[in-house]
Amino acid sequence: MAVQPEIDHATGRTTTGHEWDGIKELNSPLPKWWLYIFYATIVWSVGYWIVYPSWPLVTNYTKGVLGYASRQDVTRELDALKALRAERAGALARTPLEDIAKDPTLLTFALAQGKAAFGDNCAPCHGLSATGSPSFPNLRDDTWLWGGGIADIHQTISFGIRNADDRSRQGQMPALGGPNGALKPDEVITVANFVRALSGQPTRQGYDPAKGKELFASNCAACHGDEGRGNRELGAPNLTSRNFLYGSDEKTIIETINLGRGGVMPGWAGRLDETTVKSLAVYVHALGGGQ
Amino acid sequence: MSDVLASPAAKKGAPPVLPEYDDEPLYEGRREIYQQSVKGRLRTIKWVVLVGCLAVYYFLPFLRWYRGPNQPDQAVLVDLAHNRFYFFFIEIWPQEVYYFTGLLVMAALVLFLMNAVAGRVWCGYLCPQTVWTDLFTTVERWVEGDRRERMLADAQPMTAAKFGRKTLKHVLWLMIAWWTGGAWVLYFADAPTLVKDLATFQAPMVAYVWIGILTFTTYSLAGLMKEQVCLYMCPWPRIQAALTDQYALNVTYRYDRGEPRMSMKAAARAREADQPAGDCIDCRQCVVVCPTGVDIRDGSQMGCIQCGLCIDACNSVMTKVNRPLGLIAYDNDVNIDRRRQGLDEVYPIIRPRTLVYAGLIAAVGLVMLYGLMTRSFTDLSVLHDRNPLYVQLSDGSVRNSYTVRISNKRPVHRIFVLAVDELPLARLTAVGISMTAGDWPVIDVGPDSTREIIVHLTAQKPADLPPSSRVTFRITELGTGEKASMSDHFIVR
Ligand code: SF4
Ligand code: SF4
Repeated sequence: MAVQPEIDHATGRTTTGHEWDGIKELNSPLPKWWLYIFYATIVWSVGYWIVYPSWPLVTNYTKGVLGYASRQDVTRELDALKALRAERAGALARTPLEDIAKDPTLLTFALAQGKAAFGDNCAPCHGLSATGSPSFPNLRDDTWLWGGGIADIHQTISFGIRNADDRSRQGQMPALGGPNGALKPDEVITVANFVRALSGQPTRQGYDPAKGKELFASNCAACHGDEGRGNRELGAPNLTSRNFLYGSDEKTIIETINLGRGGVMPGWAGRLDETTVKSLAVYVHALGGGQ
Repeated sequence: MSDVLASPAAKKGAPPVLPEYDDEPLYEGRREIYQQSVKGRLRTIKWVVLVGCLAVYYFLPFLRWYRGPNQPDQAVLVDLAHNRFYFFFIEIWPQEVYYFTGLLVMAALVLFLMNAVAGRVWCGYLCPQTVWTDLFTTVERWVEGDRRERMLADAQPMTAAKFGRKTLKHVLWLMIAWWTGGAWVLYFADAPTLVKDLATFQAPMVAYVWIGILTFTTYSLAGLMKEQVCLYMCPWPRIQAALTDQYALNVTYRYDRGEPRMSMKAAARAREADQPAGDCIDCRQCVVVCPTGVDIRDGSQMGCIQCGLCIDACNSVMTKVNRPLGLIAYDNDVNIDRRRQGLDEVYPIIRPRTLVYAGLIAAVGLVMLYGLMTRSFTDLSVLHDRNPLYVQLSDGSVRNSYTVRISNKRPVHRIFVLAVDELPLARLTAVGISMTAGDWPVIDVGPDSTREIIVHLTAQKPADLPPSSRVTFRITELGTGEKASMSDHFIVR
């Protein structure tokens, strides 16, 4: 479309000779440096293709001569982060559990690290907000099966509950019902109602409290205590609490008495490093308000 | 207005030879501009502004300002590591960054006001590009000589002496550029310490990198690119053209007085013969002193940065030829028309546009001043834990958790008591925090810092409470009694 250029009268400059619907294009060439920078960026991009991974192939992609992968960056950054945290992590490792909360900086560090570790490792069972669900304890209330002191929590996290490790928490609710059980079906119902009464819940009509008390004393009190307040040595729940691990309706309690219970938790001492386990203990302890 | 723009082109002489479009290069080569030195009132003002701006830039980091023990004593400091900005008596925390917004809004409005009063004065006098280019050109002139000498030398083949001069020029430019980058990083750390560290290679890598970047940009923008930055890179000329009006004072060639231009002798002859003769003697002094290579006699144009050097140049010519000064002057288009019609010139500085800008500047300034004066030294922020909203405890009571953040903006350790109003039966606890006799947590916060803690609020008789009730958290400093408060909700079901 190289038509003869002409002088534009308003500006006194030449046109390119291009015209669209009577609108003519002024000849305003780019400055030289601008154009050369533009060329340089094109050359640069070709260099990029060669040096870095870039082109998708059918099943793979070009790797680039540097063999660069973003994964290496992540590893390097993680290492750098560890080095950066080394000082505080060291302080955390040295400080006894009970003293961590006395140092605000250390506490903040442990809480932040504990929160992250909780999300990664504990949330699948206890929930992201640690509220648990039936059969997985709520860690935000004050009902503790194995103790809510920071040392108790630390031990539970380290070795877990009822797993193959000798150091794990042991204890089990036996099955009291069934053909071989200690209790007959109607006795199970009576004990279940007694347990509901312990936590202030309504009982079924015609239920005999005296019988319930007697049956409880001979079958349950060994673990749960005469008043049903539980025993943390054995992981026996406090039955006077308003919070129930498996549910507080009559049907669920009957099922618990009939079949027994025994939740498990893995021990984390071997899988997470010691400072992480410590941070988790601090975090969980703070969530529940501390004991 | 269109009159002004159209006139010069229409006056161009014989039509230039048209090149075949296809033969032209894709780019426009740069015309080297050999700016000639000039003396005059505006040039003096430019010198004063230049020295003033550079002095502030280079020496401000060394100015001290005592703020208290353990506080930085640098008057202007951007403390990125601790998220603080210090400006004399002002200390800005990250959440107060709206002061910056206010400052930026003010800066924009001041630019608008300057523009409404006198066009691109910013470009001509204050813009860093102008200041540093002026400095670099001065160095160039000092080493290589004025316009004539430089043009001559550049037309000659390279000699050892010429090569030496050019090298010296670039070395001096690089030294200024390096010093410019060096001054920049001093705003981000304690200046005297950093200078020592830089000299002994103890400074952090990032400082050297920034000095490198700024050395490069200063050298290339002020030394190599000069006017190209104004012509091709800067957006302001385009924006400015849309913001101005016919009353703004701009460097103007008063063509009503200058045309028809002719030599001094021809003009004398014409005047004797009662023919029209303009004051412009076509000596091109106004063109050779122009830093952007503009011919102001073509009318107002984008390339002109309004530096006024052509005014100084032409005034000295007018003095020599014994004509009145001000053939080129700060004037507006309206006056050119008015003079032609025999009317008086008008310079309405105060008009709706300038009044509105000035009013807005005052308003923003007052708001910021009010903000600064009422700035509190204690901040409380409370965030209700939403997941879960509440937890039931073993005895049936209900607990809500909150994240409480206390900011102590004073340079001393302070101790606060945290309490809640409106829930007399509730108990406030926090892990790792001791309690007062009144059973409220006592929290100590370090100097000039923020502390975040998780607190639990427990209501003993949730049945007596509505599903959601308002609670106000209040911190009171022990001793001074300084307070801050924030409201949130307590949820029981
Ligand atoms: S035309 Fe005059 S005011 Fe405009 S840039 Fe050139 S010397 Fe400065
Ligand atoms: S300096 Fe003045 S007299 Fe000389 S060409 Fe420019 S406008 Fe005309």
